[in-house]
Amino acid sequence: MNFDWPYFWAQLITPSGAFLEGLGLTIIMSVSAQLLGFIIGLAVAFARMSSNKYLSILAASYIWIIRGTPLLVQIVFIYTGLAAAGILRFEDITIGDITFPGNLQAGILALAINEAAYMAEIYRAGIGAVDRGQFEAAKALGMPPIMLMRHIVLPQAFRIILLPIGNQFNIMLKNTTLVSVIGVSEMLLVTETINSATFRTFELYSVLGIYFLLLTSLWNIFMAWAERHFALGRPAAKSPPALAALEIAK
Amino acid sequence: MSDDLLIEATNIDKWFGPVKVLDDVSFKVKRGEVVVLIGPSGSGKTTLLRCINHLETVQNGRIVVNGKLIGYRERNGKLVSDREANIAVQRRDVGMVFQRFNLFANMNALDNISLAPQLLRGTPKAEAQAQARALLARVGLPEKAAAFPVELSGGQQQRVAIARALAMQPAVLLFDEPTSALDPEMVGEVLSVMRDLASSGMTMVVVTHEMGFARQVADRVVVMAEGKIIEEGPPEQIFNHPSHPKTQSLLAAVLH
Repeated sequence: MNFDWPYFWAQLITPSGAFLEGLGLTIIMSVSAQLLGFIIGLAVAFARMSSNKYLSILAASYIWIIRGTPLLVQIVFIYTGLAAAGILRFEDITIGDITFPGNLQAGILALAINEAAYMAEIYRAGIGAVDRGQFEAAKALGMPPIMLMRHIVLPQAFRIILLPIGNQFNIMLKNTTLVSVIGVSEMLLVTETINSATFRTFELYSVLGIYFLLLTSLWNIFMAWAERHFALGRPAAKSPPALAALEIAK
Repeated sequence: MSDDLLIEATNIDKWFGPVKVLDDVSFKVKRGEVVVLIGPSGSGKTTLLRCINHLETVQNGRIVVNGKLIGYRERNGKLVSDREANIAVQRRDVGMVFQRFNLFANMNALDNISLAPQLLRGTPKAEAQAQARALLARVGLPEKAAAFPVELSGGQQQRVAIARALAMQPAVLLFDEPTSALDPEMVGEVLSVMRDLASSGMTMVVVTHEMGFARQVADRVVVMAEGKIIEEGPPEQIFNHPSHPKTQSLLAAVLH
């Protein structure tokens, strides 16, 4: 087998500055696209569940189109397609010393729009899984719909959808590689660039795979903690034992 | 409508699809009165109760609580559905206790009780919590403030649920089979809280199968069958001299 161990270890332990910047971009893109996806997804979910027929159909169409077409196609469509049609061209934005490139903006937006469609369905499932009695009790007390959602239903739905949310971000981390197609120098594109000069494909892609495995593993560890922390009906996480004892003493 | 009438439901019709569950029901509750609704299952008693705070819509008739038309507005002499936000305001005067307790699973007993007054009455947090502690003491659970619903027995959950309803200082409390989901040994603790409430002058409408409670606590017993009120009167009359044959067979079935 032709495997250059010293080169592999060097790339793994002391990666190039470009690769580390790629790692940074992977993290920035996935976190910001996921956060945007949470927000847009919630709006889409409420629109989907709305009693307004048109709003509901609009949201259902959004979910249908986004989930029914490849993410790669959406990324190219939003960045290159919209510009080619003269509809929208993503320009670089510079604030102080920091430049926010147009392709990165388009990449994050495409990932977020895609994520929102999946999140909308997850929210809908989570809200649907909250016991009807919780809605009724809140209504009977006189809570208007938004208050009922914010204080009673969403906190409980959040615990139900924690697992699928973990899944989504895991997928998101890996989906950022698709944004390489519009020239964002995230880890995959940097690896490809180095590869085109060295042809150490096996070693370089092994390193790339290990870095992704590292990212998803860290996320798994965080999710395992979050699941314990937010487990439904586990008060220990919310009020420290000492405080609980104090309450009983009163 | 006279001043001492708290609930006045007039000629209520209600269908679930093709099934008529309330058939021209008229029903009044006076301030301070304890009314117990009894009847075989499917007789419409729970539905009637749920119509009072508009958890169910009605197809005909009108319900006035505390002087306010519930769930609808009058426009050009016709009744139109009210906005959800207005209905929410109307419900604040009507407390409800459910068969399955429905305590908020994401918060402890203290927050379950003190949340609504803070959000809906503008009560400051410290005051709402002090009031919640007093209510917990009133239902016999002063040590359970920090307990989450899953940590409480059914009877304890129902007592917290009563305290939660009381925290809004409602004009009337509705009880929908409050002891039906309880283990037999816990029925007594809940009924005892309800008995105390009744003797404190609280206006209550209670759907229950607890005939002992109805006999001792009710000012008036209303008997329903097949969507209609078939008989009503003071408990001694209903239990000792029921006039309607369906009341007689119902009582024969539950009292033996």
